[in-house]
Amino acid sequence: MPPVRVVVVDDHAMFRAGVRAELAGAVGRGEVDLVAEAADVAEAVAAVRTHAPDVVLLDVHLPGGGGVEVMRQAPAPAGTPGTRYLALSVSDAAEDVIGTIRGGARGYVTKTITGEELVAAVRRVAEGDAVFSPRLAGFVLDAFTGSPDAPPVAAVDEDLDRLTEREREVMRLIARGYAYKEVARELFISPKTVETHMGSVLRKLQLSSRHELTRWASDRRLL
Amino acid sequence: MSTSAPARLEPRRAYRDTQAPVLGGVAAGVARHVGAPVVWVRAAFLLATTLGGFGVALYGALWAFLPAEPPPELTGDEPPGLAGARRDGRRPGRARRLADLGPAVALAALGVGALLLLDAVLGTGGLFWPLALGLAGVALVWRQADEAQRECWLDTTGRADPVRAVFGSGGVAAYARVSLGGLLVLAALAVVALRDGSAAAAREGLVVGLLGVAGLALVVGPWVLRLAGDLTAERAERIRSQERADVAAHLHDSVLQTLALIQVNAGDPAAVARLARAQERDLRTWLYAGRVADDETVAAAVRAAAAGVEDAHGVVVEVVAVGDAPLTESLRPVVLATREAVVNAARHAGTGHVDVFVEVAPGSVEVFVRDRGRGFDPAAVPEDRHGVRGSILDRVRRHGGEAEVRSSPGQGTEVRLRMPREEQHGDG
Repeated sequence: MPPVRVVVVDDHAMFRAGVRAELAGAVGRGEVDLVAEAADVAEAVAAVRTHAPDVVLLDVHLPGGGGVEVMRQAPAPAGTPGTRYLALSVSDAAEDVIGTIRGGARGYVTKTITGEELVAAVRRVAEGDAVFSPRLAGFVLDAFTGSPDAPPVAAVDEDLDRLTEREREVMRLIARGYAYKEVARELFISPKTVETHMGSVLRKLQLSSRHELTRWASDRRLL
Repeated sequence: MSTSAPARLEPRRAYRDTQAPVLGGVAAGVARHVGAPVVWVRAAFLLATTLGGFGVALYGALWAFLPAEPPPELTGDEPPGLAGARRDGRRPGRARRLADLGPAVALAALGVGALLLLDAVLGTGGLFWPLALGLAGVALVWRQADEAQRECWLDTTGRADPVRAVFGSGGVAAYARVSLGGLLVLAALAVVALRDGSAAAAREGLVVGLLGVAGLALVVGPWVLRLAGDLTAERAERIRSQERADVAAHLHDSVLQTLALIQVNAGDPAAVARLARAQERDLRTWLYAGRVADDETVAAAVRAAAAGVEDAHGVVVEVVAVGDAPLTESLRPVVLATREAVVNAARHAGTGHVDVFVEVAPGSVEVFVRDRGRGFDPAAVPEDRHGVRGSILDRVRRHGGEAEVRSSPGQGTEVRLRMPREEQHGDG
């Protein structure tokens, strides 16, 4: 199995060095190949175009318009195993994280993630799976809860605008800190099926047109 | 955001939506205020227009009197970290539509339509063109006032400047718009003054004078009104930014203390990790989450409890909250039980990591506290041990909730708590 080729994009040199150190073990084992680093949107786009990496670790807040802008200028080609994006952030701002997912990222992890978990997440993204941290699962549940006064959207996207009961169960278990295999065991389904559910949740997040998904963060404040 | 003063009940204010206006953003603002689809509001305006042009008058009046909506980065809803990231372009800004031409055309069409209607109804043929010109002129000038106001908001120097107030940040478009508007108003006056009528000169003079005054009032009115509104907004903003500066100073101070302590304790990795974690939590909350007092909502209370356990036991507690509700007396037992469950996990699991998930639904609050540690056999716990049973399970059950512990040796432990809550109308 060839190593996963990774580009790290973050405006903090200290953090990039940290990721390098975390990934060193995996690089040594030949699982990961760190091909480039970038500190802003322009550099990131150039690096993606030059190296065509498998996975880009992408900071949500980035000089030049945020991580979303990188994906807008160097999008992953649809349907092909091209470059995939995994969002990394220290900000717990729900609207930014959801915005990055909607911009095309295949998952989101917080920067406090351990090296081992990061390698696993990179591998999953490279294989085309979605990566949901408990926090992202929480954001998703929140976003699809929907505010009661939201006007109904066009019936065309009706199925995109809510999670199925199964998808909601999967999200809740992930938010509770269950790993994929544990989710599968808990719901008596195969890990493959869990992955299918996650993929469809990701798709709904990216395609849904309900306006709460862009406005929900302000609506859900209770103050 | 809660300020230091107790929150006063403020009436909901209606704003014009200036982010993507078709004309003046009146319809969108009204729609949001009354909670109706914007299409209905627009239809209502058009319908009213057929009633002798009443819709146009109403629209114009609302345009003049409704304040424009300040951008969210100034309403104080945005935590400082995000606001800062937005200002220096590290996160996507607001998409500003440069749709000046479209609205202007629509405006003109609507105005002309309305006037033709007026014409047909009242048969005042002579008034049509002067009125049309005047209306178009005033509308253009007012649009410029909107633009200028928006730029003034987004201008970081924050100094009020009369030229700026009129022309925004200048540019050909702005000057063209204002001068064109002014010219159109003047043209309307001229048309009236030069009209070749048999009317007495005295009446002519009077009409011209009145028109002149009315035109001036129309053109300058919006600025006078908005200046007053802006002053209030500016005052509120100043108070907020002072408050923020105080908090920032306090935070920087505590960061300094923490760094000093870390240097002293450099030989004790556990202490360093704990110090760093506590400081990181404080900073993150302030930068990205906004501040909610610990005793106000369920999620905030659970986070505060988790933070306490983190500091006391040197573990990492990850809290994920979905939904939220004010912390009522009937929900307090759940928070206390959650805290006990987290303490238990921190003490006995031996993994240093605890996951907490809080879900506030309309009818209930559910909490799950999970660790992947040693686990135990719940059936094997002797009767006289009160830890889990007394402080967690019984406490919740006593108050009408449900509670269970799932654990087996080697599989970790999960405590599940559920408390029904009465449906509350009106949050906060």
